[in-house]
Amino acid sequence: MKNIIRGAIFAVFFILVWHFLVIAADLPKFILPSPFLVALSLKHNFGLIFQHGVITLTEVVLGLLAGSLLGGMTAVGLAISPIARTVMRPMMVLSQALPVFALAPLLTLWLGYGLFPKIIMALLIIYFPVTSAFFDGLMNTPKGMLDLAKIMNGTSWRIMWNLRVPNAIPSLASGLRLAAVYAPIGAIIGEWVGASQGLGYLMLLANGRAKIDLMFAALAMLIVMTLSLHWSIDQFGRLLTQWARPEG
Amino acid sequence: MADGIGFIMLGFLFKGAVSINDISVFKSINLSVKSGEWTCLLGRSGVGKTTILRLVAGLAENVNLDGIIKANDGQGLNGRVALMAQTDNLLPWLDVMENVLLGARLRGEQADRERAFDLIEKVGLADHNNKKPHALSGGERQRVALARTLMEQRPIVLLDEPFSALDARVRAEMQELASDILRGKTILLVTHDPGEAARLGDTILVLDGEGITEVTPPRTPTIRAYDNADVLACQGQLLRLLREQV
Repeated sequence: MKNIIRGAIFAVFFILVWHFLVIAADLPKFILPSPFLVALSLKHNFGLIFQHGVITLTEVVLGLLAGSLLGGMTAVGLAISPIARTVMRPMMVLSQALPVFALAPLLTLWLGYGLFPKIIMALLIIYFPVTSAFFDGLMNTPKGMLDLAKIMNGTSWRIMWNLRVPNAIPSLASGLRLAAVYAPIGAIIGEWVGASQGLGYLMLLANGRAKIDLMFAALAMLIVMTLSLHWSIDQFGRLLTQWARPEG
Repeated sequence: MADGIGFIMLGFLFKGAVSINDISVFKSINLSVKSGEWTCLLGRSGVGKTTILRLVAGLAENVNLDGIIKANDGQGLNGRVALMAQTDNLLPWLDVMENVLLGARLRGEQADRERAFDLIEKVGLADHNNKKPHALSGGERQRVALARTLMEQRPIVLLDEPFSALDARVRAEMQELASDILRGKTILLVTHDPGEAARLGDTILVLDGEGITEVTPPRTPTIRAYDNADVLACQGQLLRLLREQV
């Protein structure tokens, strides 16, 4: 609750500064529209923005799901097999040297203008943080617990599933929180490069027609979407890691 | 498994020299742990007590043992040893019952809930059956660890300073509970507390870089009263020995 109040105070402060900046500098509305004009545009174009927002949200959520699943499986594979670690880890680091943005035109070329290349963009951008965070968690199982499991003659898959994975859930949750913020970036870049719908497309369109107020309105929708996504994942993570905090 | 019913008594022998990365930890020692008895191993920190315990448990890594470890029946110890350490190592996301049943879960065996509940009752936690470790005190958590250790039905139990993090009152209680509940098991207790060794040891050994010195335990049977004159004398003798070590 405190966080929400703090966030609201900050937002109000930000909007006021924005408002006075526009007045003081006498900026034309095609450079920086006042917050009031943006709110007005949001109201008039709500149906349109919402419709494009749903498209972007779909891309982001599907990208998040696919990326988390793939990242989670990779992390488990790396954690259980030293050979996989030797082979895959350098490759994964190397792959990070390649900016995902640079792939966007290629993905559009190969996969077309639909949702699919945007989902792949979102997936690619979150894959590494999710894998990396979860893998670190899996490798940090307390030694005492592993000793105990070994003495109990546990099998390595059962130890993985019953001990290492639950123990790494807090790390996975922080990876997913990052992913919630990164995934929309991937989707928007994908839409900029080639799309006929989505918030990224709408923003480019509005920009081209000097409808900067609409652009800001779409941006506002994107912010609300990303924050809600982050919040939902945060709550989900808290639910899963309740055991990590003392009760009450 | 050797002890399907849990009544088999099994002693073991640890014989040899131990080095880590070619640096000697201690010269050849001969440690015989008698079946059904408490053997207490004392020594200052870093002398290699825990290394012995980890070797017996099959957990030592990068440790070179020039010698043998074998049970009295001539076979190895794998699958016949249980371990209880200073940290309880309870899984925080499982309740008391599920923690006690951890071994079966990790081996993919059918869980014997009735027996687990009996053990939980025995360690005095019947009312806490469904609580998570966070809701328990340090002493209660070690009780759960004790029940989990017993649930494994292993004839040999290794105790690695299991009570050293507890306050004096709870430690005394736990010593009494463990002595009672682990009766009939072969115990190797590693401790740095002379008082604990004097109360619990059927055999008391002091380890240093040169080897093992056996100290005569008090005459009374275990578990001994902490204020018994013999126990206090033994405790004093042990402390003197530990202080003489370089």
